[in-house]
Amino acid sequence: MCGISCWDWNIGKRLVADISSWEDKFNWIEELHASPDGERIAAIVNIDEAEFSVCVNGETWENIFDKIWFLRFSPDGRLTAIVSEDGEWTLAVDGIPWENRFDYVWNTLFNKSGTDIAVAIQQDAKYSMALNGVPWENSFDNMTSMTLSHDGTKTAASVQVLPHKEGEIFKFQEGIYTAAAGGIAWDKNFINVWNMSFSPDSNKLAAEVRSSLYDYTIAVNGKPWDQIFGCVWEPLFDPSGTSVTAPVKIGEKWTLAEDGKVLWDSKFVQLWRHKYSYDGTKIAAVVAPRFGKWTIAVNDKPWGITFEDFVCDPVFSPNNKKIAAIAKNSDKWVVAVDGKEWENNFDMVWDPVFSPDSEHLAVKVEKNGKYTIAIDDKLWGNECDAVWEPIFNQAGDSILIKTIENNKYYRYIIPVNEIV
Amino acid sequence: MPGFAANKVENILDEGIEKGGAKLDNKQIEDVIKSVLDTETGERLKIYVDTCVHCGLCSDACHHFLSMGRDPKYSPAGKVKRTLGEIFRKKGKVSPEFIKSASIIASTECNVCRRCSMYCPFGIDVAYMMKVVRRICHKLGVTALYIQDTAHSHSVTMNQMWVKEDEWVDTLQWQEEEAQAEFPKLRIPLEKEGAEIMYSVIAPEPKFQAQLIYQAAIIMNTAGIDWTMPATPGWDNSDMAMYTGDFEIMGRLKRSHFDTAARLKVKKIVMGECGHAFRSVYDVGNRWLGWKRPPVPIIHALEFYYDLLKAGKIKIREKYKKSVTLHDPCNVIRGGGLADKSRYVVNALCDNFIEMHPNREHNYCCNAGGGVINCGPPFKNKRMVSNKVKADQLIATGAEVLLSPCHNCYSGLEDIIGHYKINMEIKFISDIIYEVMEKPA
Amino acid sequence: MHDLYNFVRGPLAWTAFFIFIAGSLYRIIKMFVMIKKKESFVFTFWSWKYSLRSIMHWLIPFGTVNMRMHPFMTIVTFIFHICLIIVPFFLFSHNVLWDESWNISCWSIPDPVADIMTIIVVLCIIFFLVRRLKEPEVRFLSTASDYFLLAIVALPFLTGFIAYHQWSSYQFWLILHILTGEIMLMAIPFTRLSHMLFAPFTRGYAGSEFGGVCHSRDW
Repeated sequence: MCGISCWDWNIGKRLVADISSWEDKFNWIEELHASPDGERIAAIVNIDEAEFSVCVNGETWENIFDKIWFLRFSPDGRLTAIVSEDGEWTLAVDGIPWENRFDYVWNTLFNKSGTDIAVAIQQDAKYSMALNGVPWENSFDNMTSMTLSHDGTKTAASVQVLPHKEGEIFKFQEGIYTAAAGGIAWDKNFINVWNMSFSPDSNKLAAEVRSSLYDYTIAVNGKPWDQIFGCVWEPLFDPSGTSVTAPVKIGEKWTLAEDGKVLWDSKFVQLWRHKYSYDGTKIAAVVAPRFGKWTIAVNDKPWGITFEDFVCDPVFSPNNKKIAAIAKNSDKWVVAVDGKEWENNFDMVWDPVFSPDSEHLAVKVEKNGKYTIAIDDKLWGNECDAVWEPIFNQAGDSILIKTIENNKYYRYIIPVNEIV
Repeated sequence: MPGFAANKVENILDEGIEKGGAKLDNKQIEDVIKSVLDTETGERLKIYVDTCVHCGLCSDACHHFLSMGRDPKYSPAGKVKRTLGEIFRKKGKVSPEFIKSASIIASTECNVCRRCSMYCPFGIDVAYMMKVVRRICHKLGVTALYIQDTAHSHSVTMNQMWVKEDEWVDTLQWQEEEAQAEFPKLRIPLEKEGAEIMYSVIAPEPKFQAQLIYQAAIIMNTAGIDWTMPATPGWDNSDMAMYTGDFEIMGRLKRSHFDTAARLKVKKIVMGECGHAFRSVYDVGNRWLGWKRPPVPIIHALEFYYDLLKAGKIKIREKYKKSVTLHDPCNVIRGGGLADKSRYVVNALCDNFIEMHPNREHNYCCNAGGGVINCGPPFKNKRMVSNKVKADQLIATGAEVLLSPCHNCYSGLEDIIGHYKINMEIKFISDIIYEVMEKPA
Repeated sequence: MHDLYNFVRGPLAWTAFFIFIAGSLYRIIKMFVMIKKKESFVFTFWSWKYSLRSIMHWLIPFGTVNMRMHPFMTIVTFIFHICLIIVPFFLFSHNVLWDESWNISCWSIPDPVADIMTIIVVLCIIFFLVRRLKEPEVRFLSTASDYFLLAIVALPFLTGFIAYHQWSSYQFWLILHILTGEIMLMAIPFTRLSHMLFAPFTRGYAGSEFGGVCHSRDW
């Protein structure tokens, strides 16, 4: 695998598939999904009652299933779907189902490179995860907050380790939940275990825990921090994997803590969605410096501008110097970079994408029911019925745009300077 | 005076409250009260306490007071006196027995419906004061068993009925299949990124009332709505944690709901016919997280139906013939201003609409809301006795069908109809729409 | 007696006014500071439009459902508050004092009218007292302080009436009148009489929430 450098980056527009030609063949066509390289367009299609398949560039998978859902391309371009045959469920990859079948399958997860695929499974009313088709050795009475490590080697989830019937509130409060990494549960139980994240080497797992009805902290490999907080949000390992940071609530205000100790001086009405720069020198987070006012804070310093509603995850540029985030004011979405708002606003904006040289920022946007791409606050002139999130080439001078126009699927490679 | 009624509603033993109370000591009580009053509440509470002139004019607002033979201890200010009043008077040095009784008063004798705020000359928010009492009881672990179990379910599953993640998706797929028998190409689109609307429901729908999801799917498909439902936690908009005083779990639930909508890139969230969930997503939960308004617009079913009917997206085949009356749920009418729109909807669907009195913002509470019905069977009889005024109000309409655009109200009113042997059917508005709408051939 | 008169007319009057004004300012400023510090959302949701809409409804007799449900109480309450405010401000003999002390001259109500209004205030207070004792839902809420406050409000009017009519020792009743008036003034910021200070804010906030957030009425 050579990744995006192997893709066809020749400038131009190419018709990949005419979706309208599919319509006669099927009862209905579900949502379209474009492959990362833009070479394939796929959808779940209904052939007959309880007969489903997947159509890729006009060709259907050889296998027909009773039901198919959650069609998604993995980042490495494999096409996955959750499929059912004879009442059993599994994951099909490029049309080939995993050998193992389960009573139910959901929540497909990919690691960043797409090499590994995990799902949540239920078998005989017991819950576990399967990584690349192989289920955990242990299964549990209930499972939530499933996660896959960055390198794709480990799965983890919050699991119920003691029996519990509805209404047994005091038993519940003694702690019947813990986290399980690779199916191995921690030794210590909590009232609740939520959002978790792995260290870069996948050896450590940090999770939000509640140890009484109102005592919250972070536990790492089952060991809670010594400090207790009023509430916590999702923890993160720093890129070197040595420390864990998490938003914590002290009194009525939020701040960022590292390994249990307060890291940031400022206190906020809210603080969440923190992210590390790739080199680990910066932390950006979504904060509300005042009630009803939202922005991004970088290393404890909030931006000068604020937004009324949403501010979504901060995104670092590859060189760690820029930070972008999308935000919402009333019914308009905007893009903000380093505390400055773009002049254009939109009905919807997708996650910002930096070019590999950090020079450009591209986003998929929606305006008046049509979709297009914006780069550095400049709109691509083409208004489409659908577009997918754009991808820059390695040099950062061209961009891959996938569109649907008049029921035809096109793949464009456009020089960045044609838009900006 | 209460007499007979009181015999049936007092000395109720609830396992959650009894066992929770048994673990308490006076020092812990004093510390928790101090921490809640010092750090979590502020001047507003003090001003409310100082401004109340004990005039008793709030009394006639309360269905508990009116139903319990005008027993003064059930008046809004009377309940404040019996709870926060004592806490202030004794400077937090109260006994475990007191906390147990305060928990029962605040959680089962007040529906936090806020009708009394409209009757108090000063607009004192008694519901807020009752929620402060519930918060203290939560932090002391003295909450009625059934609703506490619901809060636990919320904390684990992000829904109120222990619906597991696979059960949720499976139910949607099952309802989709069922509806395909009626409309072969009908879909319940799961995880459709970029849809216009995310439809969210409360957990009783997948658990017991899956036909409501079926009906919603039919309405959405008929109206040609670009919609989706999430296949992850965050699909449930309900929130009993708001009512037990577990605000951290409330915040977590609402974050999960809004984050799910943001992940799906929808423009708005349409929710089913539920009142308390509307309050939680529209007004209360968002505030705890720091949002002055819901970051994704919330459209209650009533308003959604109004929009569909007004725009002609659903057409009526033949209006509903039986006489109907409409219950105004506190959280969407007093709390959401949908009185006119709900009347437009009912008049568009039904031939014979009879108003109950009082109505709109002044309607009497169902006595189920505010988490009261969720406190479970131990309190059911009390819930019936202390809402006789509602039974009288329903009977006076003489209507054949009662419409209740709220789940809690629906269940509470169904109980009242049964208890008082009222000859009345109860329906959601979507039941009527499903029955009278034009469906595609 | 004369010394006592000079004391209540001089230093104590100054003290009473100071405590009333400074105390009221303190309570209101503290309210703003504390709300800003701990409940700043109150400012976020405060709406002048909806505050005033609510306040207007509650200032108009029978402007709310609850007032219509209790017509006699509504009439008494409005008359009581109107007389309670007009008499002390516009009484001829008080105006003389305003003029003497601060050179403020203002319009006065005729003494016979003030006399009647005083009687009305006292009768209203008697009504409130009877209501407090007889109505179960009011009696249940009543504490010693509530009866005490009725007395605090009644006494300046009663003593003033007696002094004006000079039925017995004028100076004794005058001193008592001034003293009780000063006690009432000083009590305002620190007792339930502070509803006088806070009512516009609590009502306005309720109006803002009901109108601005909930899109509904609060009357």
